[in-house]
Amino acid sequence: MQQVNDELEFVHDFVIGDFGLIAGFDQRLEPGYDQFGRTAAENSLFTEQVRFGLLGKRRLDDARPGTADPGRVGEGFLQRLSGCILVNGDEGLIQILEAPEESVNSHIVAEEMVALFADKPGEKQGVTSVSAGSGADHTRMGCLNFSFYDPRRGVARLKQAGRGGIGTVLRQKKVKALVVKYTGLQGDSNHPADLGRIQQTGAKMHREIREQDPLQAEMRKDGTNHLTQIMNDYDILPVHNFRYGNHPQASKIYSPEFCKYFEYSGPDGCWYGCTMACAKFATGLELRSGPYKGQTVTVDGPEYETVAGVGASCGTFDAATVLETNFYCDTYGIDTISFSTAMAFVMECYEEGILNQERTGGLDLHFGNADALLEVLHQMARGEGFGLVVGQGIRRMKEMFAREYGADPQFLQDIGMEVKGLEYSEYVTKESLAMQGGYGLANKGPQHDEAWLIFMDAVNNQIPTFEDKAEALHYFPMWRTWFGLVGLCKLPWNDVEPADNQTRYSGIDAAKVPEHVQNYVELFRGVTGRDDVESGDDLVHMSEVVYNFQRVFNLKMGFGTREHDAIPYRSVGPVTDVEYESRAERYDGQLRELLGVDPEGMSTTEKRLALRRYREQQYEKLIDAVYERRGWNSNGIPTMETIQALGIDYPDVVALIEQRAGQPA
Amino acid sequence: MIRVNDKWDVPWQEGMTVGDVLAACGFTHRQIVVSNNGRALPPAEREAQPVADGDRVQVIHVIGGG
Repeated sequence: MQQVNDELEFVHDFVIGDFGLIAGFDQRLEPGYDQFGRTAAENSLFTEQVRFGLLGKRRLDDARPGTADPGRVGEGFLQRLSGCILVNGDEGLIQILEAPEESVNSHIVAEEMVALFADKPGEKQGVTSVSAGSGADHTRMGCLNFSFYDPRRGVARLKQAGRGGIGTVLRQKKVKALVVKYTGLQGDSNHPADLGRIQQTGAKMHREIREQDPLQAEMRKDGTNHLTQIMNDYDILPVHNFRYGNHPQASKIYSPEFCKYFEYSGPDGCWYGCTMACAKFATGLELRSGPYKGQTVTVDGPEYETVAGVGASCGTFDAATVLETNFYCDTYGIDTISFSTAMAFVMECYEEGILNQERTGGLDLHFGNADALLEVLHQMARGEGFGLVVGQGIRRMKEMFAREYGADPQFLQDIGMEVKGLEYSEYVTKESLAMQGGYGLANKGPQHDEAWLIFMDAVNNQIPTFEDKAEALHYFPMWRTWFGLVGLCKLPWNDVEPADNQTRYSGIDAAKVPEHVQNYVELFRGVTGRDDVESGDDLVHMSEVVYNFQRVFNLKMGFGTREHDAIPYRSVGPVTDVEYESRAERYDGQLRELLGVDPEGMSTTEKRLALRRYREQQYEKLIDAVYERRGWNSNGIPTMETIQALGIDYPDVVALIEQRAGQPA
Repeated sequence: MIRVNDKWDVPWQEGMTVGDVLAACGFTHRQIVVSNNGRALPPAEREAQPVADGDRVQVIHVIGGG
C-alpha cells in the first residue's frame, strides 16, 4: 500500500461491516455548492445528498464514538478534494482516501486506479473502478463509467450505465472513484448452489450463440450497431430530432464504417466468459477537439444508441464524429443518449429561430454541425457557456426557452423528447402505438430497455388490439425489469433465438422466446438453489413486486400518476406540416382507412390536426388498457388489491394509496 | 391484391412471387420468417414462391432490438 500512499492521502479505513461505528463525518461537511445559481436550500439534491452522501442518515444521526478517529478527517475534505473509496476484497477493508482533483475524467481515472492498486501486473484484472468525469460535475445527465482491465490490449476499458443523472450525484458527493480490488475472482466466486446446472445451461447457451449469431444479428461482429441500417430501412431511425425515420446519408454510420476502427483479436465480451461478446473496441481515433486534441485514443463501442443519437438525430452522419463524441461523453461521465437527444432538441430550436448565435454564445447549431456539437460537450466539461444550459436537460430547457425567449410552450412540449425529465433513447415511435406506451409508461422515463415493441407492433402486427398491446406492455417491462434485479445481461435472451423459435411459437409467445426464458430460470436456480422457482412466470412475479413498488415510490415523490405518463407529440405523430408532407401518402391513407376522412380538399394543417386528434385519443385508450392490465386505477396508481396481492401492502404504502387513490386523473 | 400481415395490401400482378411482395413492402431485414396462407416457407424457397391473387402473406421480422 506504500504505492497508494504516494498518490492518495490516507483518510480513513475500517473493516468491512463496521460502517455503523463511524461517527463525526457529518459535522465536517458543509452544504453543497450549487453552480446552477440556485441557493442550496432550493436544491435538495445538492444539499441533502452531499450531507448524507457517504454514510447514510442513520449513521450521521449516530453520535457514538467509533473505532475510527474522526479527528483524522480533514476539515471539509469533501469540498477540497475528491474522495476515493476503496473496497479491498483481498484485505477485507474499506478505505476512504483523499484523491487529487487534477484528473477526474474517467479514461484517466480508470488507468490511475489500476496503476495504484494493482501491486503486480497479474492483479490488474482484479481492479475495477466506478467514476464519472468533469461533465457530470456540471450537468444533470451524468452517468457512471465502470472499468474493466483488458489484458489483451493492456488498457482499462469503460462501460457506461446509470441514465438519469447518477453520475452527477456521484460527482456532487465529490467521489472521484469507487474502486474494488479483488484478485481472486473465479467463475464460481458467487458460490452457486448448483454449479452443474449452471454449467449445463451455459454450455447450451454458448453452443447456440456460436451457431446462430452468425446467421442472425451478428452481434459478435458488429455489436449493437447492426441496428442502424435496419432502423433506417424501416423508417425508425431518429433523424433531426425524431422528425423523420430515415436519411439518405445514413449509410455513413452503418456498421461497416465503424468496423474499420474495430480491433478484432478474439472474443470481446465485457463480462466474464461471455460468448455473445458484443463489446466493441475502436482503436486509432485521433481526436480533433477538446483537451486531448491530437491524442490517439481508444473507444469502447459505439453502441447503436450513440450512433443513432449523434449520427442521425443530430445529423452529423460521420463515424469519426460519433466516435469522438462517444469518447468524450464517456470520459466526461455524460450519458450519450441524453446528450444527443438534448443536442437534437436545441438544434431544432436553432433552426426554428428560438435560439440564435447570441443565445448560444456564438455557436451555429444547425443540424449536422459536428464542431459545434463537440464544443457544447467540452463546455459541459468546463462548466461554462451554452453547455451549462444544454446540460440541464430538455425539461428545464423547455421552461427556460419559453420564459426567457418567448418560445411557444406547446411547440417546445411537442418537440422536446423527454418524459419524466429523461431524454428519449433513439427510436422513432410514430407508427407504433405500443412503443409509444413503452416509452411513456417506463418508470424511469423513456428508456428502451423496459419495452421494445416496435417491430412486433408496427411491422409484424402481432399485437393488433389494445388488449394485445396491454398484455405486451405488462409482460415485457416486467420481464426486462428482472434482468436489472439480478444483474444479468438481456442480450442472450432475444438478440439470438433458437433456430426454431418462430416456427414453434407464434405472436407474442414467439417474442417471449420461451426456451431462453427457461435458460434464465435454470441459471437462477443454479445460483440460488431455489427449487420453488420453476418457470418464467415465477421470475416475472419477482419483477411485478419491484415494478409496482417503484411506481409507488414515484407516487410518493410526486410522480407516478397519469399526467407523468404523457408523451411529446413528436413521438406520436407529425408535429409540423413539413413532417406531414414528408410521409403524406402514409398519413393520407390513415385518414381514409382509420378515421374515414377524405383528405381531398383539406389543407396540410387540417389533415395533420385531424390525425393528431385521432392519435392522441389512441394513446389515451392504450394507457387505459395498460393500467387495467397492470392492476392500476385510471390515474395510474396501483389499486389496494394489487399491492395486497403482491405483498407490498406495508402501512406507509397503504396510507399513500388510500390518500391518492381517490384523486381524479 | 395480396394482404400482408393483415395490415397492408400489395397489388397482385401476373407471375408475382413472395420475393416481389417483400420488395414491394420494403422488407429488407434478412431475419424473417414467411408464411403464405398459413404455410411456412423455407428460406431457400420463399423468394421464388409464386403468390396468387388474394393470398395472405405473413412476414415476421426476428429482431431483439433495444
